[in-house]
Amino acid sequence: MSNPQQLRYSKEHEWLSDAEDGVSTVGITEHASNALGDVVFVQLPEVGDTVTAGETCGELESTKSVSDLYSPVTGEITEVNEAVVDDPSLVNTAPFEGGWLFKVRVTQEQDDLLSADEYAAHIAG
Amino acid sequence: MSSSPLRRTALDALHRSLGATMTDFAGWDMPLRYGSERDEHLAVRTKAGLFDLSHMGEITVTGPEANRLLDHALVGNISSVGVGRARYTMICREDGGILDDLIVYRLGEREYLVVANASNAQVVLDALVERATGFDAEVRDDRDAYALIAIQGPESAGVLGSLTDADLDGLKYYAGLSATVAGVPVLLARTGYTGEDGFELFAAPEHAEGLWRALTEAGAPVGLVPCGLSCRDTLRLEAGMPLYGHELGTSLTPFDAGLGRVVKFEKEGDFVGRAALVEAAERAEKNPPRVLVGLVAEGRRVPRAGYPVVFGGEVIGEVTSGAPSPTLGRPIAMAYVDAPHSVPGTPGVGVDIRGKHEPYEVVALPFYKRQK
Repeated sequence: MSNPQQLRYSKEHEWLSDAEDGVSTVGITEHASNALGDVVFVQLPEVGDTVTAGETCGELESTKSVSDLYSPVTGEITEVNEAVVDDPSLVNTAPFEGGWLFKVRVTQEQDDLLSADEYAAHIAG
Repeated sequence: MSSSPLRRTALDALHRSLGATMTDFAGWDMPLRYGSERDEHLAVRTKAGLFDLSHMGEITVTGPEANRLLDHALVGNISSVGVGRARYTMICREDGGILDDLIVYRLGEREYLVVANASNAQVVLDALVERATGFDAEVRDDRDAYALIAIQGPESAGVLGSLTDADLDGLKYYAGLSATVAGVPVLLARTGYTGEDGFELFAAPEHAEGLWRALTEAGAPVGLVPCGLSCRDTLRLEAGMPLYGHELGTSLTPFDAGLGRVVKFEKEGDFVGRAALVEAAERAEKNPPRVLVGLVAEGRRVPRAGYPVVFGGEVIGEVTSGAPSPTLGRPIAMAYVDAPHSVPGTPGVGVDIRGKHEPYEVVALPFYKRQK
């Protein structure tokens, strides 16, 4: 399992891309998607919603459990991934690519985001 | 939770080499899934799947009064089970509450194998030992004597047939026989918990790995895959089969669970729980208890055990098991609901999913029945 170097990570297993024009993409990591098992339902925030770093902003439902989705940043939602709403298994098959969850115009980041290497150490520990 | 180390089956190293995700189940470290639980589920429905069920609790009951003991200890008419046949039954408390649901195999005139759920194995063993007082019969803890491997799915008879001379065509559902499979002596039973045709093989633990490998090899051409407990749960849920701790428990009698038919009042002699169960039967007759029904989601949110079933803002029942159904492609659940709302097609029923009332259709169980 490799965590893309260009992303940053939360301890709650979300990944965050570097902002382009102030907008970052958020998803969950492969480690998290493996732990969840087959994801069957995702509830995402809506475009225009304000999310807050470290707070829940949705749900990921797998065969066996429901997990809260946390936002690693504070900001306004600019886009949600409708493809993953229609086909939640994208979270399992392509967590870093087609399985991204939402885009957010960042006003503030969580202050303890990790690098790929730090995240790898976090999940190993 | 107990802090004692998890028990491991004879197949533990094999599961790890297959990359299984392991989980704590009733004190055992068991495979939850090997890859995708959905793929494993569909393999059992369309091809074949292999399960390690070595955590189940085996208890041997032998002796001149083995049948009298079991008739006394369990609610079923065990002495009427033919040699080589099996019976689904229950063990109840004096107050009628269900201690466990069981499968009892009659191996000989005076020999039975009682198979209990892993979580209840000790409770059942203790109850049988206690209830054996005064009977000329021996109750033996055989949990360490057996590994249990199940092969389930439409291709299972073909796969198994390539490894044994046993007469599988002559082996009926809920029957068992002594056989040799891949050179290993086993008790071979046509039973299972998936809603599919299939077999359960009780073997000595030292033979488990060889047996598993032989079945894996023989099944590879038809698409047999190893399967974990996760898909076992969705398979049994689709098949409408109760699970102890969900649909069954000590707070319910068999009549409350809609399984009063397993209680045989007409059998000879007294049995533990009889008086309470007579009352429970009368109560159920006069004042129908909640009914176990199926619920099918109109949306995609999954009902979980313990979620309230609602009608017009009122709670009318409770979900006992719920999961996305790989076969139906929609979330399904079993739930106990008040009798007036239990009729299939009853409109307006919903499940309170974390505060939101999601619409559900009431259906008869099972959700899935295999075509024979």
